Amino acid sequence: MPVLIIEGSFDPAALQASHEKTLTPGSFGATANFIGTMRSVNEGDPVVGMRLEHYPGMTEKELQHIIDDASEKWRLIDALIVHRVGAMTPGEPIVLTTAWSMHRKDAFEAVRYLMEALKSRAPFWKKETLADGTARWVERNTPGY
Amino acid sequence: MAIYVKFFASLKEDIPDALREVDAADAATVSDVWAAATRIADMPAHVVCSVNHSHEQIDHPVKDGDEVAFFPPITGG
Repeated sequence: MPVLIIEGSFDPAALQASHEKTLTPGSFGATANFIGTMRSVNEGDPVVGMRLEHYPGMTEKELQHIIDDASEKWRLIDALIVHRVGAMTPGEPIVLTTAWSMHRKDAFEAVRYLMEALKSRAPFWKKETLADGTARWVERNTPGY
Repeated sequence: MAIYVKFFASLKEDIPDALREVDAADAATVSDVWAAATRIADMPAHVVCSVNHSHEQIDHPVKDGDEVAFFPPITGG
Protein backbone atom coordinates (compact mmCIF):
# COMPACT_ATOMS: atom_id res chain seq x y z
CA MET A 1 0.00 0.00 0.00
CA PRO A 2 2.39 2.66 -1.25
CA VAL A 3 2.72 6.37 -0.68
CA LEU A 4 4.52 8.48 -3.26
CA ILE A 5 5.64 12.11 -3.00
CA ILE A 6 6.56 13.40 -6.43
CA GLU A 7 8.30 16.64 -7.42
CA GLY A 8 7.23 17.46 -10.96
CA SER A 9 4.29 16.54 -13.10
CA PHE A 10 2.78 13.05 -12.94
CA ASP A 11 0.21 11.02 -14.83
CA PRO A 12 -2.37 9.69 -12.32
CA ALA A 13 -3.82 7.12 -14.72
CA ALA A 14 -0.40 5.75 -15.60
CA LEU A 15 0.69 5.48 -11.96
CA GLN A 16 -2.55 3.78 -10.96
CA ALA A 17 -2.31 1.34 -13.88
CA SER A 18 1.34 0.63 -13.09
CA HIS A 19 0.56 -0.20 -9.47
CA GLU A 20 -2.49 -2.25 -10.41
CA LYS A 21 -0.23 -4.54 -12.44
CA THR A 22 1.42 -5.59 -9.18
CA LEU A 23 -1.91 -6.91 -7.84
CA THR A 24 -3.11 -10.44 -8.43
CA PRO A 25 -5.52 -10.46 -11.39
CA GLY A 26 -9.03 -11.25 -10.18
CA SER A 27 -8.22 -10.49 -6.54
CA PHE A 28 -10.30 -7.29 -6.59
CA GLY A 29 -13.63 -6.35 -8.12
CA ALA A 30 -13.72 -2.63 -7.43
CA THR A 31 -11.36 0.27 -8.01
CA ALA A 32 -12.24 3.79 -6.89
CA ASN A 33 -10.06 6.84 -7.18
CA PHE A 34 -9.96 10.57 -6.63
CA ILE A 35 -7.78 12.95 -8.62
CA GLY A 36 -7.28 16.50 -7.36
CA THR A 37 -6.30 19.06 -10.00
CA MET A 38 -5.03 22.60 -9.53
CA ARG A 39 -7.71 25.24 -10.16
CA SER A 40 -7.11 28.60 -11.84
CA VAL A 41 -9.26 30.46 -9.30
CA ASN A 42 -9.09 30.50 -5.51
CA GLU A 43 -10.99 32.73 -3.07
CA GLY A 44 -12.31 34.56 -6.13
CA ASP A 45 -8.86 35.49 -7.45
CA PRO A 46 -7.19 34.22 -10.64
CA VAL A 47 -4.25 31.95 -9.83
CA VAL A 48 -1.43 31.33 -12.31
CA GLY A 49 0.93 29.13 -10.30
CA MET A 50 1.42 27.31 -7.03
CA ARG A 51 4.21 25.77 -4.96
CA LEU A 52 3.48 22.92 -2.59
CA GLU A 53 5.73 22.47 0.44
CA HIS A 54 5.80 19.37 2.63
CA TYR A 55 7.58 18.04 5.72
CA PRO A 56 9.85 15.27 4.46
CA GLY A 57 9.60 12.28 6.74
CA MET A 58 6.46 13.32 8.57
CA THR A 59 4.32 13.69 5.46
CA GLU A 60 5.10 10.17 4.24
CA LYS A 61 4.61 8.75 7.74
CA GLU A 62 1.23 10.44 8.14
CA LEU A 63 0.03 9.31 4.71
CA GLN A 64 0.99 5.74 5.59
CA HIS A 65 -0.93 6.02 8.86
CA ILE A 66 -3.98 7.20 6.90
CA ILE A 67 -3.76 4.14 4.63
CA ASP A 68 -3.33 1.91 7.68
CA ASP A 69 -6.41 3.47 9.30
CA ALA A 70 -8.43 2.95 6.12
CA SER A 71 -7.34 -0.68 6.00
CA GLU A 72 -8.72 -1.18 9.49
CA LYS A 73 -12.05 0.44 8.62
CA TRP A 74 -12.65 -1.22 5.25
CA ARG A 75 -11.68 -4.48 3.56
CA LEU A 76 -9.08 -3.29 1.08
CA ILE A 77 -7.01 -5.29 -1.32
CA ASP A 78 -4.68 -2.34 -1.76
CA ALA A 79 -4.48 1.46 -1.68
CA LEU A 80 -2.28 4.11 -3.23
CA ILE A 81 -1.66 7.77 -2.39
CA VAL A 82 0.37 10.00 -4.72
CA HIS A 83 0.89 13.67 -3.88
CA ARG A 84 2.82 16.25 -5.81
CA VAL A 85 5.16 18.87 -4.29
CA GLY A 86 7.07 21.79 -5.79
CA ALA A 87 5.95 24.19 -8.49
CA MET A 88 2.89 23.61 -10.66
CA THR A 89 0.38 25.40 -12.87
CA PRO A 90 -3.43 25.24 -13.20
CA GLY A 91 -4.79 22.10 -14.80
CA GLU A 92 -2.03 19.85 -13.47
CA PRO A 93 -2.81 16.99 -11.09
CA ILE A 94 -1.94 17.49 -7.42
CA VAL A 95 -3.09 14.29 -5.76
CA LEU A 96 -4.28 10.77 -6.53
CA THR A 97 -5.90 8.42 -4.03
CA THR A 98 -6.97 4.94 -5.13
CA ALA A 99 -8.56 2.05 -3.26
CA TRP A 100 -8.98 -1.52 -4.51
CA SER A 101 -11.45 -3.88 -2.85
CA MET A 102 -13.63 -6.88 -3.55
CA HIS A 103 -16.83 -4.82 -3.73
CA ARG A 104 -17.61 -1.18 -4.49
CA LYS A 105 -18.76 -0.07 -1.02
CA ASP A 106 -15.33 -0.54 0.54
CA ALA A 107 -13.52 1.11 -2.38
CA PHE A 108 -15.89 4.11 -2.56
CA GLU A 109 -15.87 4.79 1.17
CA ALA A 110 -12.15 4.17 1.63
CA VAL A 111 -11.07 6.47 -1.18
CA ARG A 112 -13.22 9.25 0.26
CA TYR A 113 -11.65 8.69 3.68
CA LEU A 114 -8.12 8.71 2.24
CA MET A 115 -8.73 12.09 0.64
CA GLU A 116 -10.49 13.77 3.56
CA ALA A 117 -7.95 12.50 6.09
CA LEU A 118 -5.08 13.63 3.87
CA LYS A 119 -6.45 17.18 3.75
CA SER A 120 -6.53 17.50 7.52
CA ARG A 121 -3.60 15.35 8.69
CA ALA A 122 -0.80 15.22 6.12
CA PRO A 123 1.54 18.24 6.33
CA PHE A 124 1.39 20.02 2.99
CA TRP A 125 1.14 23.77 2.42
CA LYS A 126 0.24 25.71 -0.72
CA LYS A 127 1.66 29.06 -1.78
CA GLU A 128 -0.11 30.43 -4.82
CA THR A 129 0.90 33.12 -7.30
CA LEU A 130 -1.92 35.35 -8.49
CA ALA A 131 -2.36 36.85 -11.95
CA ASP A 132 -1.08 40.22 -10.69
CA GLY A 133 2.21 38.62 -9.65
CA THR A 134 1.67 38.64 -5.92
CA ALA A 135 2.13 35.45 -3.90
CA ARG A 136 0.19 34.30 -0.84
CA TRP A 137 0.00 31.27 1.41
CA VAL A 138 -3.29 29.41 1.29
CA GLU A 139 -4.57 29.71 4.85
CA ARG A 140 -7.25 27.02 4.75
CA ASN A 141 -8.65 24.36 2.49
CA THR A 142 -11.95 25.13 0.84
CA PRO A 143 -14.77 22.96 2.28
CA GLY A 144 -15.05 21.08 -1.02
CA TYR A 145 -18.35 19.33 -0.43
CA MET B 1 21.69 18.08 24.84
CA ALA B 2 19.64 19.70 22.10
CA ILE B 3 16.11 19.73 20.79
CA TYR B 4 15.95 20.33 17.05
CA VAL B 5 13.33 22.80 15.83
CA LYS B 6 11.77 23.18 12.40
CA PHE B 7 9.38 25.76 10.95
CA PHE B 8 7.41 25.36 7.76
CA ALA B 9 5.49 27.44 5.22
CA SER B 10 4.43 30.92 6.35
CA LEU B 11 5.94 30.48 9.82
CA LYS B 12 9.38 29.94 8.30
CA GLU B 13 9.04 33.28 6.51
CA ASP B 14 7.39 35.16 9.37
CA ILE B 15 10.04 34.31 11.99
CA PRO B 16 13.19 33.70 9.94
CA ASP B 17 15.53 34.34 12.85
CA ALA B 18 13.97 31.67 15.10
CA LEU B 19 16.47 29.23 16.58
CA ARG B 20 16.80 25.79 14.99
CA GLU B 21 18.20 24.28 18.18
CA VAL B 22 17.11 24.70 21.78
CA ASP B 23 18.96 23.48 24.85
CA ALA B 24 17.02 20.54 26.25
CA ALA B 25 17.54 21.95 29.74
CA ASP B 26 15.47 24.98 28.78
CA ALA B 27 12.37 23.12 27.55
CA ALA B 28 10.09 20.60 29.21
CA THR B 29 7.20 20.88 26.73
CA VAL B 30 6.47 21.87 23.14
CA SER B 31 5.28 25.23 24.43
CA ASP B 32 8.69 25.82 26.07
CA VAL B 33 10.43 24.95 22.79
CA TRP B 34 8.29 27.51 20.97
CA ALA B 35 9.13 30.25 23.48
CA ALA B 36 12.85 29.47 23.53
CA ALA B 37 13.17 29.24 19.74
CA THR B 38 11.01 32.21 18.76
CA ARG B 39 11.34 34.44 21.83
CA ILE B 40 7.55 34.87 21.50
CA ALA B 41 5.92 33.95 24.78
CA ASP B 42 2.65 32.47 23.62
CA MET B 43 2.22 30.20 20.62
CA PRO B 44 -0.56 31.58 18.37
CA ALA B 45 -3.71 29.44 18.45
CA HIS B 46 -3.55 28.60 14.75
CA VAL B 47 -0.05 27.10 14.94
CA VAL B 48 0.15 23.30 14.66
CA CYS B 49 2.98 21.31 16.22
CA SER B 50 4.57 17.90 15.97
CA VAL B 51 7.20 15.93 17.88
CA ASN B 52 9.30 13.37 16.04
CA HIS B 53 6.90 13.44 13.06
CA SER B 54 3.71 12.90 15.11
CA HIS B 55 1.00 15.51 15.71
CA GLU B 56 1.05 16.62 19.36
CA GLN B 57 -0.43 19.27 21.63
CA ILE B 58 1.58 22.17 23.06
CA ASP B 59 1.78 20.57 26.50
CA HIS B 60 3.45 17.44 25.14
CA PRO B 61 6.73 16.70 26.94
CA VAL B 62 10.01 16.92 25.03
CA LYS B 63 13.46 15.49 25.65
CA ASP B 64 17.01 15.62 24.37
CA GLY B 65 17.25 14.66 20.70
CA ASP B 66 13.60 15.32 19.84
CA GLU B 67 12.63 17.05 16.59
CA VAL B 68 9.87 19.59 17.20
CA ALA B 69 8.14 21.27 14.26
CA PHE B 70 5.77 24.22 14.04
CA PHE B 71 3.57 24.98 11.06
CA PRO B 72 0.36 26.70 9.97
CA PRO B 73 -2.85 24.75 9.24
CA ILE B 74 -2.43 22.04 6.61
CA THR B 75 -3.63 22.83 3.08
CA GLY B 76 -2.76 19.81 0.97
CA GLY B 77 -4.85 17.85 -1.49
